[in-house]
Amino acid sequence: MRRRERLRVVANEAVGPYSLIRVERGGLEPGVPGQFFMLEAPGRLLPRPMSLCQAPPGELSFLLEAIGPGTRALAAVEPGDELHVFGPLGNGYRLDVQKPLLVGGGIGAAPFPYLSEQLGGPPAILGFRSDWHAEAAALVPNAEVVVEPTLVTEPLTDLVTDCYKVFACGPEPMLAAVRELAPDAQLAWEAPMACGYGACYGCSVEIDGVLQRLCVAGPVLEAA
Amino acid sequence: MILNASGSLDALEAPEVARALDVFVTKTVTPQRREGNRPVRIAETEAGMLNSIGLENPGIDGLLDDKLPRLAELGVPLWVSVGGFAANDYAQLCAALDDRREVTAIELNLSCPNVEEAPESAAELVAAARPQTGKPLFAKLSPAATDLPATARAVQNAGADGLSLVNTIRGLALDDKTLQPRLGHELGGYSGPALKPIALAAVYQCYRATGLPIVGMGGIATGRDALDFLAAGASSIALGTVLFADPEAPGRVRRELADELAARGLSGAEDATGLAHGVKPASVA
Repeated sequence: MRRRERLRVVANEAVGPYSLIRVERGGLEPGVPGQFFMLEAPGRLLPRPMSLCQAPPGELSFLLEAIGPGTRALAAVEPGDELHVFGPLGNGYRLDVQKPLLVGGGIGAAPFPYLSEQLGGPPAILGFRSDWHAEAAALVPNAEVVVEPTLVTEPLTDLVTDCYKVFACGPEPMLAAVRELAPDAQLAWEAPMACGYGACYGCSVEIDGVLQRLCVAGPVLEAA
Repeated sequence: MILNASGSLDALEAPEVARALDVFVTKTVTPQRREGNRPVRIAETEAGMLNSIGLENPGIDGLLDDKLPRLAELGVPLWVSVGGFAANDYAQLCAALDDRREVTAIELNLSCPNVEEAPESAAELVAAARPQTGKPLFAKLSPAATDLPATARAVQNAGADGLSLVNTIRGLALDDKTLQPRLGHELGGYSGPALKPIALAAVYQCYRATGLPIVGMGGIATGRDALDFLAAGASSIALGTVLFADPEAPGRVRRELADELAARGLSGAEDATGLAHGVKPASVA
């Protein structure tokens, strides 16, 4: 059940260029991997959607990349600060599959530490734009790391023929390429979002010619 | 009364938020189903946000057959917001809603900034809608009108029972790197804190001009904001953008407003309406 609470920041740790924001869990449930939370971005009008990265006892943590005013404000939080956090929201990954394989690009690796834990540490393929960004791979067990210009589709091509079921998260071109190779993949999409709970109609994405509100239909959608 | 601004809440996805309101106002419904505008649809700016949803809605048949019965189960009074592209659209929509007991009032969206305006004046659209229904009609106006008090008087004369003030105002945001419009539809409707003084002026002027009941909205985020709208002349207020960041805003604003009223020795919202005018205008005395 989703809740909104003001939670204390426990730590803000650098992971390569990314920030791992750890907050006290309060009364919030961690939800299913791939679900997301709306995090208050200090000083900004709107909160920002973040998938849950880790769920250690008593905490929730979020991995983010400071790319705009909201994520920069979040990347600057300090232990002791308090943030409104609302969630879990949306639909996460379906976990009842044989031979899972995680495929992530860049900050798309964010939901994988929690997902990997829930799936018992399956193999993962993670792509990053530099060795510095690839430091985030340390959060995901059993990860094969590729760095640009190598793309995740190279190692993936060999593995999908082995009946692996793909869980993907990353930029849209990567998701499109993964779909080509693994038509039944579960894909976590991303869009600017104002509310996270269906109110604003702002996060619609066009998938196969149909507009869908990502916050209520996704963010994880089955390919096909 | 605390309402939501049309298009800022999906009561079926968040019934607990809708139940904290005195009235739920639907997203604007048009005669035909609309898929809405292409993404990107929202952009946060320094003092507000832009949206260009483009009146995504299931069409009047989808509302009547599917959504309205489910909305009625929430137990919250319902207003339906209607919009169109010609006077006949408004007439047709009001006629279709007239015998629906679930609907308490109809809001005429005469001012969506994300679609091409109906060519008729606001008063002509109200005049077309009026004979089709006995339900209260609230005319939702844009603050961008050249002479808003004159428009308000004209819709009053055409039969509007109240005003919803204000709709969003047209805006543009450019991408930092590319200098291209951030929204897929390029222009959007601007809402949030920056809209508040503009909306307050609209409420203040239209209260004087018409004395009609006014639902005030535009950047309300706190009880103090709500009090300002009442003082300017609103009899009810609506929450919009604040609901995106704070789904608990209806209850919070209600508590804060009660505290604001009590601190001033006012017994209720009705005692605050019009206070900014000193002496209440004769039309509402």
